[in-house]
Amino acid sequence: MEQGAEQVNNTPAIELRHITKRFGSIVANKNVSLTVNNHEILSILGENGSGKTTLMNMISGIYHPDEGEILIDGKPATINSPKDAYRYKIGMIHQHFKLVDVFSAAENIVLGITEGKYDLKAATKVIRETCDKYGFEIDLSKKIYQMSVSEKQTVEIVKTLYRGADILILDEPTAVLTPQEIRRLFAVMRRMRDDGKAIIIITHKLNEVLEISDRVSVLRKGEYIGTIDTAEANESILTEMMVGQKISLNIERTEPKDVQKRLVLTNVSVNSIDGRAILKNVNFTAYSGEILGIAGISGSGQKELLESIAGLQQLKSGSIIYYNPKTGKEEDLRDKTPLQIKNLGVRLSFVPEDRLGMGLVGSMSIIDNMMLRSYREGKSVFVRRKEPHDLADRIIEDLQVVTPDAQTAVRKLSGGNVQKVLVGREIAASPTVLMVAYPVRGLDINSSYLIYNLLTQQKESGVAVVFVGEDLDVLTELCDRILVISGGRITGIVDGRNTTKEEIGLLMTKAHHAADTQRKEAHDEENS
Amino acid sequence: MIVSFIHRAVMQGIPLLFGSTGEILTEKSGNLNLGIPGIMYVGGISGVIGSFLYENSLADRSNPNVFLLIAIPLLCCLFGSLVMGLIYSFLTTTLRANQNVTGLALTTFGIGFGNFFGGSLITLVETDVPSITLSLTSHYFAKTLPFAHKLGWFGEIFLSYSFLAYFAILSAIVVSIVLKRTRVGLNLRAVGESPATADAAGINVSKNKYLATCIGSMIAGLGGLYYVMDYASGVWSNDAFGDRGWLAIALVIFTVWQPNIGILGSILFGGLYIVHNYMNNIIPMNMSTQELIKMAPYVVTVIVLIVISMRKKRETQPPASLGLAYFREDR
Repeated sequence: MEQGAEQVNNTPAIELRHITKRFGSIVANKNVSLTVNNHEILSILGENGSGKTTLMNMISGIYHPDEGEILIDGKPATINSPKDAYRYKIGMIHQHFKLVDVFSAAENIVLGITEGKYDLKAATKVIRETCDKYGFEIDLSKKIYQMSVSEKQTVEIVKTLYRGADILILDEPTAVLTPQEIRRLFAVMRRMRDDGKAIIIITHKLNEVLEISDRVSVLRKGEYIGTIDTAEANESILTEMMVGQKISLNIERTEPKDVQKRLVLTNVSVNSIDGRAILKNVNFTAYSGEILGIAGISGSGQKELLESIAGLQQLKSGSIIYYNPKTGKEEDLRDKTPLQIKNLGVRLSFVPEDRLGMGLVGSMSIIDNMMLRSYREGKSVFVRRKEPHDLADRIIEDLQVVTPDAQTAVRKLSGGNVQKVLVGREIAASPTVLMVAYPVRGLDINSSYLIYNLLTQQKESGVAVVFVGEDLDVLTELCDRILVISGGRITGIVDGRNTTKEEIGLLMTKAHHAADTQRKEAHDEENS
Repeated sequence: MIVSFIHRAVMQGIPLLFGSTGEILTEKSGNLNLGIPGIMYVGGISGVIGSFLYENSLADRSNPNVFLLIAIPLLCCLFGSLVMGLIYSFLTTTLRANQNVTGLALTTFGIGFGNFFGGSLITLVETDVPSITLSLTSHYFAKTLPFAHKLGWFGEIFLSYSFLAYFAILSAIVVSIVLKRTRVGLNLRAVGESPATADAAGINVSKNKYLATCIGSMIAGLGGLYYVMDYASGVWSNDAFGDRGWLAIALVIFTVWQPNIGILGSILFGGLYIVHNYMNNIIPMNMSTQELIKMAPYVVTVIVLIVISMRKKRETQPPASLGLAYFREDR
């Protein structure tokens, strides 16, 4: 008996041998080999675009490997579809949750199961037992669209467990969680590991790798670099493996100079089209020469806040006063279109979250996208292409944009390069207020730090920078002040120099519980 | 008069009910099949062709085989609409063509197909009137319960219809139950809401889309057959079916994608469609006013659209991925 158990432990739960995957001419994974054991948490570490998700999608049957083989419990396995993956007891929790919004949690969990009678009540009972075993707290009759991100993630994990998954793959599970929620998730992961499951966590955050995993496998640009025990790893070793060179990960934060009132928001409230309150009595001031960070769970009203300032949202109440540093005049930006705001002499730059939707036109070239901001300036009927062309060339050079030339359609660039083009254009407009939303999403480490330094430069030249971010480590290192928003309400403004992630995390969920009960009441009312 | 109005409204409503039940089933799989009007034409003409050939092959018209008389048009109709559904599925699901364009093309094609073969048959019989009459087939298709007229108004409102009418109501109820209460329905709704989710859960997205679209098309095709054989008493004349197909699609929105609401909705739409005739008896109107009143079903649909868009309740929204093609390795 003893020996038998030993043997099971020695066979890896899953083994990848020389996996290669191409998309057209792009090689997403090149000759990757790695193993995961039962009773183990393996981190797969790599920058954005290093092929982590592609690799895992091959294990879960979304993609096919072009070369190489996958062994499960020592036997070669062909995983042609997600259904096959379930047969091999593999469950993947995707970064973008695969849940049907209008279904309840229970309906989502039983979706796709073919055995037995369709009986939601009986299934709910079984699911409840699974939840109790691992310590999940979840309302199974709640609809997905009424859930918070963390709740949705719980549903995803319970779903894979309910299907009997022994190998769990979590794709960037912490990206959208608060520090407190991350701690809860890690506790659950440890409980699952102790229960004998093999767990793979995809991440690009070093501190999480060190905290949760037993071993780390590193990918760089689709290639497999190596695997080390977490006990032997530290941040600098991992960074070097991940990036391929030694880099210092320090953000320089200078003291704000020449601080003046630039933008004052008073009692700003915004309703959505269907009448839900999205922003509730928001008050804050943005000063020149400082970076004001905005932290919050995604969808707490960050987008609407920036859009209100940019003239893209109709305000229900309140005022947005801009102090013009040149003329010293005060301008109310409320109920003005972006063009009217521009004509007032307000130099506002906005890098929206949705780059290709709001920031740039995907099918137009880099030059044409530059022109979008300047074409009104010419006097002739024809547009002048020289200045935008020069600007495009300058941005490509300064920000190391990887592109064949300035005529290339923006859509064809990778996410990071698209972001550089957008940020470059907005900064080139020499703004007095610069608003950026998640500017480093999808960027590699080097580019991220390039952007952080650009923001600091802007701040030093007297711009009021408003920075909406998701990585609390970065926010606390970069920003002078951090405003925390929760459920459309400002729950606190803290000093970036002496705050902690935990403090911000608490503020991020502060009003959430109140909103939750409110939603529940509304739900009950509807049902009765 | 009210009793006869309701009776006519139901008769008008049945083709719409077939069409909307079929379209709801199709749309729940994420396929926006705007080919429904064309498919209903094809369903109608296919049945007409089948029954025309059979009736003309009869040596003794006084003693036909009743089973064949009903089965042949029925199967021809189902086959014709199935082929249309297959074309639509192949183009949109396998080749991932644009659903709107494909649907509109099928509608144009279906109406043309109906008129072409309808015209051909009319030429064959060499009559003076531009229509063909299939009295024998229609006689059996329009058969009602023998005791219905003995029960007064109750009989006329509830029992005085042919078997296809009851089948329409039955199919709406069955589709409704399948969608709401079964695993098949859960899977299908998941495909229409979020095909990527369904795929990751191990549901065959293409199979679901094909099945829903083809079965939906066959149900809709029966609407065309019912119209010719029962409502129009077996008389096919070109373009007579009119815009009922579009009305069926409007009904889908009116019922917020619920076939059981469609049963009452179709009767309401049927009533609105003919209300101008009855109003004329009470208050005499000129032609232009009547035409204005004919707009009623469309106006009601627009109002319903406005109301559901304003309320933004998630349960009353169309399936989230309606009109979108799905490709697993899409990046």
